[in-house]
Amino acid sequence: MSIFEYNGSALVAMVGKNCFAIASDRRFGVQLQTIATDFQRIYKIHEKLFIGLSGLATDTQTLHQRLMFRHKLYELREDRDMKPETFASLVSAMLYEKRLVTSICSLTVFGPYLCQPVIAGLGDDDKPFICTMDSIGAKELAKDFVVSGTASESLYGACEAMYKPDMGPEELFETISQALLSSVDRDCLSGWGGHVYVVTPTEVTERILKGRMD
Amino acid sequence: MGDSQYSFSLTTFSPSGKLVQIEHALTAVGSGQTSLGIKASNGVVIATEKKLPSILVDEASVQKIQTLTPNIGVVYSGMGPDSRVLVRKSRKSAEQYYRLYKESIPVTQLVRETAAVMQEFTQSGGVRPFGVSLLVAGFDDKGPQLYQVDPSGSYFSWKASAMGKNVSNAKTFLEKRYTEEMELDDAVHTAILTLKEGFEGQISSKNIEIGIIGTDKVFRQVILTPTEIDDYLQEVE
Repeated sequence: MSIFEYNGSALVAMVGKNCFAIASDRRFGVQLQTIATDFQRIYKIHEKLFIGLSGLATDTQTLHQRLMFRHKLYELREDRDMKPETFASLVSAMLYEKRLVTSICSLTVFGPYLCQPVIAGLGDDDKPFICTMDSIGAKELAKDFVVSGTASESLYGACEAMYKPDMGPEELFETISQALLSSVDRDCLSGWGGHVYVVTPTEVTERILKGRMD
Repeated sequence: MGDSQYSFSLTTFSPSGKLVQIEHALTAVGSGQTSLGIKASNGVVIATEKKLPSILVDEASVQKIQTLTPNIGVVYSGMGPDSRVLVRKSRKSAEQYYRLYKESIPVTQLVRETAAVMQEFTQSGGVRPFGVSLLVAGFDDKGPQLYQVDPSGSYFSWKASAMGKNVSNAKTFLEKRYTEEMELDDAVHTAILTLKEGFEGQISSKNIEIGIIGTDKVFRQVILTPTEIDDYLQEVE
């Protein structure tokens, strides 16, 4: 079993018309045993920028803390929020930094952060931006949707079947929720409801989903 | 190790609270060749006189205005070799910024980085302050910008500024001529006229340098033909 599957996760982001949605499951497990059912994998960077981190939970939390730290310093230094593209480059650079396993005095320290991020945000002119990357920061941009986590294979199928371009916020919420819930039912390591954010230029809607709670 | 007593920073406060080394650096700038910059409504112009020690020097080999990034240029007054160190460090930090964010560095950030280097050289051991002031001209999302950075590491944003020999005359002249609505072409005109004020001898395309950046956000050197310079100088105000 890969370390990326240790805790289990499902993450998806979709683009709509001048809006986007990002959703995750809520399970935190240790292999097949469920430890918590209110786990958070999606984090808000600022009003129009979110990051979801799938993979090893401990690393996602550390990476989130470091990203918040970097963004706060950027905000103070440049007196503005980061654009989604800029933030994606920062995440990529921070992941690649840890690509190499270094050895100091015959001790091996630090490998990559064992997580696969999904970044979604509204850029200039409220243009939606989504992207994902692997654990060493190779970016993959998409116009429609991006997925990651242990349920990624079934999410690809669900999204390809359900996604339509230019959906409004309500329809987008419905689509991303159905895609998420049907995908996690096909994955033993993720599920237990979902957490959905729909972001428009004027508001952020956060909803908790109930699904098959078992 | 015997010299450890003297290995602390040369820039130590005098009892009156001054840093004498920085004042000397400013003197070096004040006796350097005149440079000036004007921020227009649609761009920025920087200009400098280029006096060479002998007519035997190949003037094409001397470049006082340099590009830091495609949309930011710089000119110095003071010691040429010191300016090259700063240009090299500024270019490096601009590139580091680009490598991290995949976005070109904003003018304010590059100025802050450069000013930080200059400040460091007023507080470190075994070094002396830079004998230069810089005028940084750039155009980014926030529009046209002109900054002056001094040897102390302090920096200010200007609508128009001058430095080097004849600063006070040049600044007075700029105060008279400057208007908010001024466009790039007028600004180039004013820049040449201001340089002419304190110029010893005849202005030609070979003894001045001009750099401009407009709404295309590309910093470029302007090489004026003798006729163009004549046109600028003869234009009635």
